This record gives sequence, structure tokens and C-alpha cells, in this order.
Amino acid sequence: MSHHHDSKEPKQKKKVQVATGDRAILPEGATTIPVYIMGKRYEVPETLTIMKAMEYAGFKFLRGAGCRGGICGACPTVYRKPGDYKLHFGLACQTVVEPDMYLAQIPFYPANRAAYKIEDLEPNPEIIFSLYPELFRCVACNNCTKACPMGVDVLGYISALKQGDIARAAEISFDCIQCGMCASRCMGELPQYHIAQLARRMYGRAIMPRARHLAKRVEEIESGKYDEMLKSLQTMSHGELEKRYKEREREPDMAPNGTWLPANDPYL
Amino acid sequence: MPIEISEKTIKRDFIDKVIKLSGQDINLCFQCGTCGGACPMSDKVDTVPRRIMRMAQLGMEEALEEVKSYWMCASCHSCTVNCPRGLDIAKVMEALRLLTLRKNVNMFEPSSLDAETMRDLPQIAMVSCFRKLTS
Amino acid sequence: MKVSYYPGCTLKTKAKNLEDAAVASMAALGVDFEELTRWNCCGAVHSLADDDLIHQVAPVRDLVRAMEQGSDKVVTLCSMCYNTLARANLLMRQDEVKRKTINDFMNEEKDYHGEVEVLHFLNFLRDQVGWDTVRNAVKVPLNGLKVAMYYGCTLMRPRNVAIEPIGDTRIMGEFLEAIGAAPVDFPEATTCCGSYQILANPEAAHDVSGRILESAIRAGAEAMVLSCPLCEFNLSKKQPEVLKKNKISREVPVYYFTQLLAMALGLGQEACRFDLNSECSVELLKNKNFPV
Repeated sequence: MSHHHDSKEPKQKKKVQVATGDRAILPEGATTIPVYIMGKRYEVPETLTIMKAMEYAGFKFLRGAGCRGGICGACPTVYRKPGDYKLHFGLACQTVVEPDMYLAQIPFYPANRAAYKIEDLEPNPEIIFSLYPELFRCVACNNCTKACPMGVDVLGYISALKQGDIARAAEISFDCIQCGMCASRCMGELPQYHIAQLARRMYGRAIMPRARHLAKRVEEIESGKYDEMLKSLQTMSHGELEKRYKEREREPDMAPNGTWLPANDPYL
Repeated sequence: MPIEISEKTIKRDFIDKVIKLSGQDINLCFQCGTCGGACPMSDKVDTVPRRIMRMAQLGMEEALEEVKSYWMCASCHSCTVNCPRGLDIAKVMEALRLLTLRKNVNMFEPSSLDAETMRDLPQIAMVSCFRKLTS
Repeated sequence: MKVSYYPGCTLKTKAKNLEDAAVASMAALGVDFEELTRWNCCGAVHSLADDDLIHQVAPVRDLVRAMEQGSDKVVTLCSMCYNTLARANLLMRQDEVKRKTINDFMNEEKDYHGEVEVLHFLNFLRDQVGWDTVRNAVKVPLNGLKVAMYYGCTLMRPRNVAIEPIGDTRIMGEFLEAIGAAPVDFPEATTCCGSYQILANPEAAHDVSGRILESAIRAGAEAMVLSCPLCEFNLSKKQPEVLKKNKISREVPVYYFTQLLAMALGLGQEACRFDLNSECSVELLKNKNFPV
């Protein structure tokens, strides 16, 4: 992030400047509200997300922004509202600005991250315990859960892990986007999100039941069952491909589960 | 070696801190030594609890920082239930530990536990050890 | 009356024999016993500093869970969990100022004032089930097996949460008599096993553990029962090191008290879980012709 322009704002309600390019595009007549970015006041259009508002104010995200779609976990923001001691947490790309928000970006947190080769690890809780012994410093204060912008029950999965239940921890932590806000608030200095990731990796690799139909299909592919069909598609003309696409059999919209099967089924 | 105990050496604020943290009026201790008799570690520690209590009464902050006994305490409360003065001595030991731990100092490193040791350990061993010996 | 059961972390991994035997025994005795669906680690040790309330939050949260489940009692098996939950409960009942601070901090939870009673399983057996019920349900009496009653610290200290008055060693004795064993009291029955110092000062822990084992042997015990997974670790899992260091020549079979209960009730291996005990523990039962 770097800070560009001097944003001394005029006192009167001013005409909103419509940003172009990678900047926000504003609706006609949008009004502005004050927000505080790292303690400094800026007037920003009220319809923007925190991320767009910061860009509008002149900040440029070099780090701390990624997918802009609420899933990569790069843009966690801590904010507070006037007259309230309470800290709030959100993703800058998903949270719309509110008047007088005090904002701070935490693009990275120096949480402990164990080095391991998942292929070498037995999927048992003791391995997790030895890679992350600080797990046992949790005091169940629940600040982690309160800080999670994804609404994950962080204390829930940490408790499950302390109880040795990897599967449960993997399920509970499924929505985690690795933003690290849990760790930033932890008095036990736990890297919750890294521990959960290890649990999900173990779960996915060795505990979760395998999909048997998938193994069967892979076997069919490897045996060359589809080779001829794929070859014929590769050599087909554009026109023929388009025709085939348009004429393809389709499941009727809203068809109840399991009631429809294609007539042409040699590859099923 | 003679120890100088005078108004100059007595750390009043240290005494206050210990009393506040432990909630115990350490001045009630009359040095009977029952605590040490009850302590399962007393034959292994450098300073028995009676002596620690006296050092705390006299505000011997630096000397107490050198003592290792309260880091060997397992919080078994044998001293507490046997004290004829009704002092919860286990709480005084905890107060002394916290005065160090609260400076972000660890007296046990969780990372020193290898996978081999970890394999058989009950979780309560880690939880209690880290609670008592890490900051 | 509804009773919640708080298992504790270790009972789900290293001390399955403590839990499985208890749960199966409760079912055999026809006692309703509802495990908490959601719970966290109790913290294992009670915070002893007057200003340290954050470490009271974990056990109080578990008590809130029991209250939410509609229970007026919560039963624990692990001695450390019992101690931590019971002391936090006393604090919430007795200290109005601290109670308010803790409830305010846990603003995502219902306020708690000590509504739930914390019981150790032994007290629950005596007061809610009754020794007569246990005695009448015994199918495999223990034939006077001489068992040392090891209480350790956390069932007995401090005074305000002791499962019976300090100095009495009756409840464990009554339990053992009810299942046909011969209780052996011994001088070190309530001596600390070294607890978590097994990590920081293992040599010292081995010494105190050795003292306990030796004392039980001298008192004529053939075996020992206990209720704490950390005591079990120090006295049984680490017994080879302890015996060697203290030059003790006899092994001491160690069981969770719930395992002997399950065996006496005639429950099978999947309940007793002697497979998780030391070799000598299994040997002794085999030699005595108990169903192992």
C-alpha cells in the first residue's frame, strides 16, 4: 500500500469525482461519508467497499488485495466505530464503508507455520500436537471466533483438535480463508488457521472416505475407454462441434434428482 | 554469607505485588515449615517454601528471581491444605511465577517437545505445563 | 434431574479406557448420562492469581454448555477436569464482582451464576446411583483383589472442592468394596505424582512417582486404581523409568477405577479396554482368572 494524494477535503458537500480505470465507478449523485484510514480522515462515497474506498482515497494495493471476491483472504480489515470499544473484522473487498469507521489493514500476520511434507505425515492428532504444541495454550477466550470475517467457529475447531478429532476440525474450519485474524487476536499465540489447514490436509488426504465412482472413472480413462471419442472431437470442424453442442441432450431444468438419464449413454 | 536486610533492601512494591496477585497476606506466615514438610518436591528444590515465604515477606525481589523452587511446584496444594495460618501458599508460588511470566518469558519451550514424546502424552500434561510455565 | 457428562480432551485420545468403561457402566446401571455436544478444554489447572480471570473463562464456558443442555449437574471422570470445573463453579457462585466481569467478557454466552453442580463420577456413583445398586449389579466380583486407592491431588485439594473431607479415604474404599475388591489405604494415597513436571522436571517427577508406587507395594497392594490420565501417565506409562530410577523391583498394575467397575459389571473388552493398560496390568487379571 502506498499513499498518494493529499486529501485535505473541502468543508462543504462537494461534487463526487467519478473515478475511472481501476478506480471505483460511482453512481450519479452518490454522497460521501468520512472514514479514518490509519487514523487519517478521508471523505469517500458511501456505496463503496472498504477496498474501493481506500483506492478512491488514493491508496494503491500492492499487497493485501487478491481476488476481490471474498475468498482469497488477503484483505482482512480491523475496524471500530465511534463511541464503541468493540473491534469488528471484515474483508476489505466485501465490507461496505460506514460513517466514521476507523480502519486498519492487516495483510499479513507473523503466525507460526510448521514445515512438513503432508505425504510423510501419519494422519493422527499427535502429529498435529507435535507440529503445533502451542495448541495447548488456548484458553478458550473465543476472541478468535469473534475475529473471524467468515463466521467460522474457530474455538470450536481448536477444541475439536485438542480432543484429537481431526475430521470434526476439518469440517468446522472448511470456510477458513487463511486471513489470520484469529491469530492476531490470540492470547495463547496460536496460529489457528495454519493448524486448521494441516487438519484439513490430513483429513482430505487420509481420513475422508474416497469416492469410489471417481476411482472407477479414472480407471476407465486410463484404460483408454474415452480415447476414441476425444480424438474424434479433436478432429471435428468448428461447425460440426457447434452443431453437436446445440443438439446435445440436456437435463430439463428443475428435474428432480435421479429422474433423468440421457438416451445416448455409452460413456456413462 | 551474611545477607543485609534493611529498609534499603526491602522492596515494598514487590511485597505489595505478591500480596495482590496471590490474595494472601504473606505476613501471616510464622515460619513453622509445615509447607515444606508437606511438599512432595521439598527434597529436590533449592529453596523450601518456608524460606520463600520469608524472602517474600522481606521483599527480596532479586534473590527470589534466582530461586528455582517455584518452577518445580506442581500446584498440588499440599502446602495450602496444611498451613496452620490458613495461607494458600500455592497462590504465592503462582504469584512469583507470574511476576516472571508476565514479562513475556517462557520457562518451558513447547517446541522442545518432539513427536516421540508427544505420542504418549495426555493432553492435560501439555495444557497444565504450558499454563504454569509459559508466558 | 438431568445429568450432563463432560469428558475432557484426554479421554478422547489417551484415556479412552477411562471413558469407555464409565460410559458402558452407566448404561449397564441404567443411568442417564448425556455427553455435552459442544465443549472446550477446561484448562486443566485452576488459575491461582487473583487478577487472572481469563483462565477462568474456559471452564465457565463448559458450565454454560451444561446449563444450556438443561442439566443441573455435570459429571466428570478426569480428576483435573473435575478440579478445574468445580473451582471455577465456586468462583462463579461466590464472587459477585468476578462473576460479572467474566459474564461481561463472554458477551456471546448466557450469563452464568453457578446454576450447575459439578460432580466427580465417584460422588455421582455414591450419591445418585448408590453403592447398593452397584453391589447388586456386580456379576464378576473382584474376589478381594488388593487395590491401592490412589487419589492424587486434584480430587482432594484444595479443601473446598475435595470429593470427601481431607484425611478420609472412604469413597474410593466404599467403591472398591462394592465391586468386591479389598481397598488398600497407603501413606502416599494423596501425594502428588509430579503432575505436569513430568515435562519440565522429569527426574523429580519420577522420584515422587516412585515414592507412591513403593508405598503402595509396602502396604500390600497388588494393584492400584486412579482417576486421572496424567497420574496414569506418570505412574503407569512411565513406570519402567520410575522403577529403574528408584530401584523398585516389582511392577505395579494400574487401572482406572472405571475399568474395574466395568469388569465387575461383567462388561466386555470393548468396555473395559484393558488393551490400553500396561502389560503387567493385563497379566495380573489373567492370573486371577478374571475375564480379560
